[in-house]
Amino acid sequence: MKTILYIIQKEFKQIFRNKGMLPIIFVMPLLQLLILSNAATFEIKNIKFGYIDNNHTSTSRALVEKFNASTYFNVLKNFSSETLANSAMLKGEVDVVLEIPPYFERDLQNDKHNSLGVTINAIDGAAAGVINVYVSQIIQQFNQQIKVDLFQVSDKQIQVSNINTIPLFWYNKTLNYKTYMVPGILVLLVTMITLFLSGMNIVREKEIGTLEQINVTPIKKSQFIIGKLFPFWVIGMGLLTIGLTIAKLIFNVPMLGSLSLMYLYTSIYILVVLGIGLFISNFTETQQQAMFISWFFTVIFILMSGLFTPIESMPKWAQMITEFNPIKYFVEVMRMVMLKGSGLIDILPQLLKTLLYALIMNGLAVWSYKKTT
Amino acid sequence: MKRFIGFIKKEYYHIFRDRRSLFILFGMPIAQILLFGFAITNEINNVDIAILDHSKDATTTEIINKISASKYFSVKQIIDKESDIESVFQKGHVKAVLNFEKNFSKHIIKENKATVQIITDATDPNTANTISNYVNAILQHYQKHLNKDITIAYQIIPETRMVYNPELKSVYMFVPGVMTIILMLVSAMMTSISITREKELGTMEILLVSPLKPIQVIVGKVFPYIFLSIINAIVIVVLGIFIFKMPVQGSLFLLALESILFIITALALGILISTVSATQQTAMMISLMGLMLPVILLSGFIFPISSMPIPLQIISNIIPAKWFIIIIKGIMLKGVGMQFIWKETLILLGMTVFFIALSVKKYKIRLE
Repeated sequence: MKTILYIIQKEFKQIFRNKGMLPIIFVMPLLQLLILSNAATFEIKNIKFGYIDNNHTSTSRALVEKFNASTYFNVLKNFSSETLANSAMLKGEVDVVLEIPPYFERDLQNDKHNSLGVTINAIDGAAAGVINVYVSQIIQQFNQQIKVDLFQVSDKQIQVSNINTIPLFWYNKTLNYKTYMVPGILVLLVTMITLFLSGMNIVREKEIGTLEQINVTPIKKSQFIIGKLFPFWVIGMGLLTIGLTIAKLIFNVPMLGSLSLMYLYTSIYILVVLGIGLFISNFTETQQQAMFISWFFTVIFILMSGLFTPIESMPKWAQMITEFNPIKYFVEVMRMVMLKGSGLIDILPQLLKTLLYALIMNGLAVWSYKKTT
Repeated sequence: MKRFIGFIKKEYYHIFRDRRSLFILFGMPIAQILLFGFAITNEINNVDIAILDHSKDATTTEIINKISASKYFSVKQIIDKESDIESVFQKGHVKAVLNFEKNFSKHIIKENKATVQIITDATDPNTANTISNYVNAILQHYQKHLNKDITIAYQIIPETRMVYNPELKSVYMFVPGVMTIILMLVSAMMTSISITREKELGTMEILLVSPLKPIQVIVGKVFPYIFLSIINAIVIVVLGIFIFKMPVQGSLFLLALESILFIITALALGILISTVSATQQTAMMISLMGLMLPVILLSGFIFPISSMPIPLQIISNIIPAKWFIIIIKGIMLKGVGMQFIWKETLILLGMTVFFIALSVKKYKIRLE
């Protein structure tokens, strides 16, 4: 026991002596949490909107005004020709072009219906779908308005069957993205710091040659490993604590569930990450290799965690892969406990899988450590 | 000049002798682009929903059938009281509950109006919103079917044309993004430890006393990596085109030139990191921790930049990946030429010059 304490003391001193590393471990992640949480939004607003008005009547102007008044669209420009509008779209200056045909008003009066050309930049398919919904909604409202304002017709005599839908958004009434993203980004930062630090730590001793020196001392391997990894575990828990404080105080993220449940889960979770880090360390020769492999897995873990894109939409084989993704479980648990107030029973599957994962990873890591040295 | 070529040769040998690292360098990006190209999509398919039907009549049954027949939803659970909704959500899999009011059919027939609640788990606002929109669309469609005999006067119908990606494939959005992220990070990480490694292993002194000028040392260090990264870029672009059927509407030659420019930008950034950090570990933490999330989140790869708060939109301008994503989407999907992307190209070029100049300056300081 005493030996472990000495190693831990030594490791801590080593970490905190390196003045360059301290800001990287604590300041950079928290700064990113503060700044990047604001970037992660799928909300579509400030859509760059251009139009070609070939009609120049009060009706066509009223239609454009409708778009101008909406908060989704930034009405930029009236293009005098389709060629100019196309070129603006190629340059990325506009994302939607509305083309109002000549005789728009006259045709509407005579034929009682009319069509309009809407061109949408669909490179981001999901955004294009949303933009399309917004455009239809505005035109729909305009339809109502022209009936009443311009033609004095009302719907009263026609009996239309309506299915009313009432959307209710539970747990996040205002659809605030920060509530959703802050816990997720915090998970990423805790994972990245603990994985990168542990993954590169032992391989560094290998590369510099100090690992041999430790191997000839009477320190037991298990003592050495525990001593090595414990400081990173502490750093991870510390980051979580500061991150949760920021989430609560600055982003006002609700914490419906039990904090101790969060800490219980996190304390096991970090063991998984440390096990992976140690495992990577054992199979690499240089810090460079360790860095690339850690990066490889982190990118996969991040992009397949369900944090940014939904897991349900992935193909079945990819969903199977996500079962091995620790970040996926952490993100789920964070959101369930913090935002929905789920209890121990609800997160038990994730908790047990994580625990099993921790046992297997650390078992493998200790076993391969003995093999390679 | 001869000495300089000798130096480059030495660097080449150094890199290519390490087979294991080379394998990692080339294998990983290939595995990643394959994985992500197939797996990542922000389309919504097969979302699990639950139904709470207080009416259980012909109309609601028909609507439920329509919903479970769509590819977006699978009806996972039928619940029978309001108080169950909470527990269904807390288990985590069901994302929405449809709550039909009592006597749904009767209301439609007698009052022309019936109500259904769409309760969504909005911890994920994007999915919640999309689900809500999709259910709405299905119900609208059904409503049209109910009203098919009535024509409504004064209707303007938009005829929508989706350009550059008419099928709304999310692959066209994500493959260019993944290509950019991989090129950017692999390139920057490779060079970020090149100089610190020499410092840490003690070989830096030897370079310092050699007659090579700082600029020569730096260029000599970057050069072999340019070569490696170009191979990397070719592999990634070829995978994008052949496996994911990304079109190249514009000039392939232009795409190649722009990719080389972007690689050099990333390598130069790596060199800059290398000159300012004392140990390999610091360099790696800066290039991994410092670049990964900002590049993923601020480049427009997943989240639209125009929806971000203004200060973040301004910050996003210093992310080289943002400009490259605009360039490759332009060339591949829109088929634009230089006249449409010269501004983005100039910005990347400017960044490169800036990174190299700053590295040379920092490197000199260490000489004194």
